[in-house]
Amino acid sequence: MATPTADNWSWFPALALGVSFLKCILINAYHSTDFEVHRNWLAITYSFPVSKWYHENTSEWTLDYPPLFAWFEYGLSHVAQHFDKEMLVVQNLIYTSPATVLFQRLSVIVTDVVFIYAVKECCRSVREEKGSKDLLGHPFFILAALLLWNFGLLIVDHIHFQYNGFLFGILLLSVARHLQGRHLEGALLFAILLNLKHIYLYIAPAYGIFLLRSYCFTEDNTDGSVRWSSFSPVRLVALGSIVISVCALSFGPFIAMGQLPQVLSRLFPFKRGLCHAYWAPNVWALYNMVDKALSVLGVRLKLLDVAKLPKASMTGGLVQEFQHSVLPSISPSITLICTLLSIMPAVLSIWRRPRGARGFLRCLVVCALGSFMFGWHVHEKAILMAILPFSVLAVESREDAGIFLMLTTTGHYSLFPLLFTAAELPIKVLLMLLFTLYSFTSLKKLFRGSLLNPLEATYLLGLVAVEILCEVVYPLSPWQHTLPFVPLLVTSVYCSLGVSYSFIRLYLSLLRQDGTDKHKQL
Amino acid sequence: MENWSLLSLCVLLGLTARWAVSLNSYSGAGKPPMFGDYEAQRHWQEVTYNLPVHEWYFNTTDNNLNYWGLDYPPLTAYHSLLCAHVAMLINPDWVELHASRGHESYGHKLFMRATVLIADLLIYIPAVVLYSFYLSEGSNKKKVCTVLCILLYPGLILIDYGHFQYNSISLGLALWGVVGLGLGWDVLGSLAFVLALNYKQMELYHSLPFFCYLLGKCFKQGLAGRGLFLLVKIAVTVLVTFALCWLPFLSDPGQVLQMVHRLFPVGRGLFEDKVANTWCSLNVLIKIKTILSTDTQLYLSLTATLLAILPSSIKLLMKPTFWQLKLALVNSSLAFFLFSFQVHEKSILLPALPVCLLLNDLPLPAIWFLQASTFSMLPLFLKDGLLVPYVVTSLAFLFFSVYLLSALEHCSEDKLRLGPYRRLLLICMRRMDLGRVTKWKFYCSIMAMAGLSLMSVVLAPPAQLPDLFPLLVSVFSYHHFLGLFLYFNIVQIAEPPPPGRKNQKKSN
Repeated sequence: MATPTADNWSWFPALALGVSFLKCILINAYHSTDFEVHRNWLAITYSFPVSKWYHENTSEWTLDYPPLFAWFEYGLSHVAQHFDKEMLVVQNLIYTSPATVLFQRLSVIVTDVVFIYAVKECCRSVREEKGSKDLLGHPFFILAALLLWNFGLLIVDHIHFQYNGFLFGILLLSVARHLQGRHLEGALLFAILLNLKHIYLYIAPAYGIFLLRSYCFTEDNTDGSVRWSSFSPVRLVALGSIVISVCALSFGPFIAMGQLPQVLSRLFPFKRGLCHAYWAPNVWALYNMVDKALSVLGVRLKLLDVAKLPKASMTGGLVQEFQHSVLPSISPSITLICTLLSIMPAVLSIWRRPRGARGFLRCLVVCALGSFMFGWHVHEKAILMAILPFSVLAVESREDAGIFLMLTTTGHYSLFPLLFTAAELPIKVLLMLLFTLYSFTSLKKLFRGSLLNPLEATYLLGLVAVEILCEVVYPLSPWQHTLPFVPLLVTSVYCSLGVSYSFIRLYLSLLRQDGTDKHKQL
Repeated sequence: MENWSLLSLCVLLGLTARWAVSLNSYSGAGKPPMFGDYEAQRHWQEVTYNLPVHEWYFNTTDNNLNYWGLDYPPLTAYHSLLCAHVAMLINPDWVELHASRGHESYGHKLFMRATVLIADLLIYIPAVVLYSFYLSEGSNKKKVCTVLCILLYPGLILIDYGHFQYNSISLGLALWGVVGLGLGWDVLGSLAFVLALNYKQMELYHSLPFFCYLLGKCFKQGLAGRGLFLLVKIAVTVLVTFALCWLPFLSDPGQVLQMVHRLFPVGRGLFEDKVANTWCSLNVLIKIKTILSTDTQLYLSLTATLLAILPSSIKLLMKPTFWQLKLALVNSSLAFFLFSFQVHEKSILLPALPVCLLLNDLPLPAIWFLQASTFSMLPLFLKDGLLVPYVVTSLAFLFFSVYLLSALEHCSEDKLRLGPYRRLLLICMRRMDLGRVTKWKFYCSIMAMAGLSLMSVVLAPPAQLPDLFPLLVSVFSYHHFLGLFLYFNIVQIAEPPPPGRKNQKKSN
């Protein structure tokens, strides 16, 4: 190797270019209906005036991202017209000419430049240990590899098809700015991010409390609690004006046109069910499973009447409202309350005793994971919102590295059902192996020793068994026709155990830090 | 990180690139009535599964040799038979006699691609790993980089996983032969090479260096004593392996004759399509294909080939070291490619394999050659609809090999072994830095390849010259091959081996 040293960043473009080549070579791979969703949005924003964007419904895939994202598609559509004008016609449903595929794929790959830049900024902000001479053993190198080559991002964006890369780029850049103490920039970036994709509202509490507590209050008392007198109205106004002006830029035109209710109804469709067609590995997957088990058990023991049970087509495939048969049904408001309750302690802890940008980052991860665990109609892809920012913490502390390995491995495995085509099976397995092998060996080397206890390791090895069961044994077995939902059910239940475990451990680490802080003061 | 994990990462990357390319189209997809090499391979499965062995190479009512008749040696046929048995388990429609002709489906493509990947994983990749770890020099990291670069060579990936062939088997077996010879296991090495030869007759391109190396080694050990014993051992191994491979056909001399006739189709002319060798390039100036009779063409090409391989073979015979063997493999296969009869554009993979082995020793020339070899197959890739993978894999290989092997930093005159050129040039130009000149030539050539690729894709050829771009591509690549052929010959013959070559001592 070109003997790159720590100061010489020539390895970074190599890492970034390498993954970009990998993305390019996947151009002709399978893509999901999200490909058509984004093509349709290109067509809508290109063909209609702004006032029609959120009313247009020729395709079933109506525009349901915030206005800034619509403007982003509008910008892309002006490049797209040089590739193939036909893709910009709203009536051309499911249009996939080679030029369209090439353009859409390239648009994801090129906008990932934001992500690459953000990763570089994050790597610069990582704490460095002195001593290691080997480039591959440096935390910043490991972080860059973990983020740039993230398995989840690769398959969700570059095979399944979505634009998460540049969105996460903005998020990580905002995190990096906070780590570097440039809070206003961080806030601006996050405001922009919220107006690109509103799913990031889930982590807004961490941002709000952190900025209010650590930016608007300039000093702490000696015991670390807030000093009310140090409140700086100027800072609050600066923050407020940034956030409000971004939102005004984005939503202003629609408010002026009196379309706000229409836009909001598109952004928050509560008509969907508790769980996505494939259950994301969260608490509700376990809840559904228990309900299903109880109902089967009840029928067996003649405690329940089969005729009275609601027709349960749980992992059947369609997004629909679904009723539990034994346990009480869950309404959106219950999930909201659960989510808020789950993130409350974390948010309170950074209010009571802020631990700088790293404490904020931990709180952000907890918020992302909490909403993933308890949210309404959560997609399995949302796990990336926790995994990516958590990578930054994982290269700095041994305990976090252990949690990170549990969370990423199970979280990434739970993305497998996204790619169900046979041709992509080897790709997802190979990429998963690549990433998992790298994350294990590099973190193990970094912290010099094993990071998992035997039980955790056994659980993770169990994933191999689940994979073989679901994708090799099962298709050959007779159950394939009688119980078609079993592989998805097994996958999501098994993974939800690992994700829940990581969530609990993450919480414990956060609360323990609280405890040690108090201890120190005593 | 430990070596094994870095190595596994490299192998995984190589596999990922391979499978990602295989998601693309293959030769002759949806193009009846003849389809392409993909259909040829499928057809061989059909023929070998359904017909008795003695009908495989004969034209019968059930075996129309004009429709992709079997024209590879027996191991290919056995491999097809094996694949056919697996295919029968999955879906009998894939290999049904007659009815399956031109069969194309999602599942079948997946099956065919998987057979290539499995063969590659079992034969080629382990050989590459063994070679890099035991027979190339430098730190462990450097060895891992070599593995990655060899595995990412785009020509082989695109032909095997895009176009569709099983070159990784024949090349892999030949590489096992090289590894065997390098580690001093001469008998195993010759066994592997005979298997390669029985998988694909084009491996003859590599045969002379193997022969000269082993013979030279026997001479060196003394033909009266141990050398003779070694010679007999090797001869017996070769003969027995050959006999075993051809066993079902040996009972009838007619079979053997027909097979030889199928393997070496002399009647097909000096060259087909556009290929970057001497005859095709010469044909632009003089229409040799029309002027000379087929026989004259045959003798002409035979003489030229023999003359071209002679220097490197004699040198290897005199000095049978591993370093010489590697260079002789390049020179011999390249001589065959440039001068022999009935060469296909895909045959450039044969010289490309030994050039891959030089990646560590002579990075810049090796990378240059490998890029040119991939580029020379561009018309084929365009025909198969492999433009995107061609562009991506070529750029990736160029970037990674130059970066990981620091090719552009190691190009002083000394490192590039340009001494003889210096002596030639001394008369006219004294103060030229040949290393820098080479570097600039490399840049220009890469730019020209990029430009020509772009033109082939974007521009429509003029009406009176429909083959303009393929011809330009092949003539341009031909000059690279010829230049590098001379270069590798000069390196082999003139240069004393560099100091501190451990392997050479080992193999002596």
